[in-house]
Amino acid sequence: MSAVAPDRPAAAPARRRVLARASFETRILLANGEQLLVSLVLPALALVALTVSSVPDLGPGARADLATAGALALAVVSTAFTGQAISTGFDRRAGVLRLLGTTPLGRGGLLTAKCVAVLSVLGLQVVVLGALGGALGARPQAGGILPLLVSLVLGSAAFVALALLLAGTLRAEAVLAVANLLWVLLLGLGVLVPTDRLPGALATVAALLPSGALGDAVRTAFVDGGWPWAQWAVLVGWGLVGALLARRYFRWSD
Amino acid sequence: MTGAVLVRELRRSFATTTAVDGASWSAAAGTVTALLGPNGAGKTTTVECLEGLQRPDAGSVQVLGVDPWHAGPDLRARVGVMLQEGGLATTSRPLPLLRHLAALYAEPAPLDELVERLGITGFERTTVRRMSGGQRQRVALAAALLPRPDVLFLDEPTAGLDPHARLEVWDLVRAEAARGACVVVTTHSFEEAERLADRVVIMASGRVVADGTLDDVRAGRTLEDVYFALTTGAAR
Repeated sequence: MSAVAPDRPAAAPARRRVLARASFETRILLANGEQLLVSLVLPALALVALTVSSVPDLGPGARADLATAGALALAVVSTAFTGQAISTGFDRRAGVLRLLGTTPLGRGGLLTAKCVAVLSVLGLQVVVLGALGGALGARPQAGGILPLLVSLVLGSAAFVALALLLAGTLRAEAVLAVANLLWVLLLGLGVLVPTDRLPGALATVAALLPSGALGDAVRTAFVDGGWPWAQWAVLVGWGLVGALLARRYFRWSD
Repeated sequence: MTGAVLVRELRRSFATTTAVDGASWSAAAGTVTALLGPNGAGKTTTVECLEGLQRPDAGSVQVLGVDPWHAGPDLRARVGVMLQEGGLATTSRPLPLLRHLAALYAEPAPLDELVERLGITGFERTTVRRMSGGQRQRVALAAALLPRPDVLFLDEPTAGLDPHARLEVWDLVRAEAARGACVVVTTHSFEEAERLADRVVIMASGRVVADGTLDDVRAGRTLEDVYFALTTGAAR
């Protein structure tokens, strides 16, 4: 039976709505110069710098492998956390979230679209940073590809949840300041440098933070081809806590 | 399709402030209703309850027979909304923005015609952040008209527009009502209410203080005189 034109306004199918929004958000992310700097240029610079230098100590393993793994973890933090927190915070202030809440996309569709957009940008980051790492001599363990992808997805989910918690509870200017500050702090808490290379109690603390869990998980998969179950558990824990708190405290308008 | 919008004994409070205090009114399909009142009268809160953005504390609201707080995509596809603050992503340009919004609907209004009629082509390469207030108003109005809605909520649709653009917007709004849409316009402009409205609702201190056809409410006086007589002392 052929499709019949609706006699009253109707919503597009759910998948089309989510893909339309995800595509729009992805283009906004990629067209934003500052965002590109944080999500691609800085991880690439970190990758090159860590590979060609001998400090800091990255532990056992090929330095190019460890640097590439750290850069991939940094890319996740940049896109899923810093980028999402800032864009969502300013969208909230401009009333974008409220307006979208009145459309067929709805709030659930918006959140799904944000996750799809983050994963799309992350895919691009993996290709670019992977190619750069390969050019610098990095060679991931073949058996580590699947756990590497799982680590990146779990890390993205945890950091998106935390980004929405931040963006939905603070004013846009505060989100900008806090997200950038945390990006800098997390760099030194297990993202680029393995947590077991950190001094004393800081190593334990960092291993329990999403930054340390993500960095260690990516390194375990990329360098050793291992399945980092403990780090995944930490990421799932942070993701659940972040999602529950965001669900409870997220405000759709400033 | 009468009573497309129904507000019954609506109450909504924030902390110690009562924003809406037992308001009741309705709006029919094919008509324009102007919602007037001083700042803090409860207009925006009422409309936000109708848009599904706020949940009533007591009483009820219905849009096309559905409680908007619990509404799904089916109802939201039939409702067009223009928010006071626009709700436009500041880093985007108007055409990609409107194209992606159009993709949310099965049969959106022809974008080219809408863009042409609202004069958006003249600034199509400008990002929302760099647009004037009037330009943003036009894009926000285009977004509200995209679904070819059965119910249209417009919050101060001509604020910041020059006289020519205001006339164009008023023509568009009247055309929407003539097409059968129920249009609710929140405004501070008496001229806008008198030019557009079939029905006028005046709110003060969270209550409806006048509700009827334009002629009924004016009762031989000017709308401005009636407004000040009913709302003086309630303005915040």
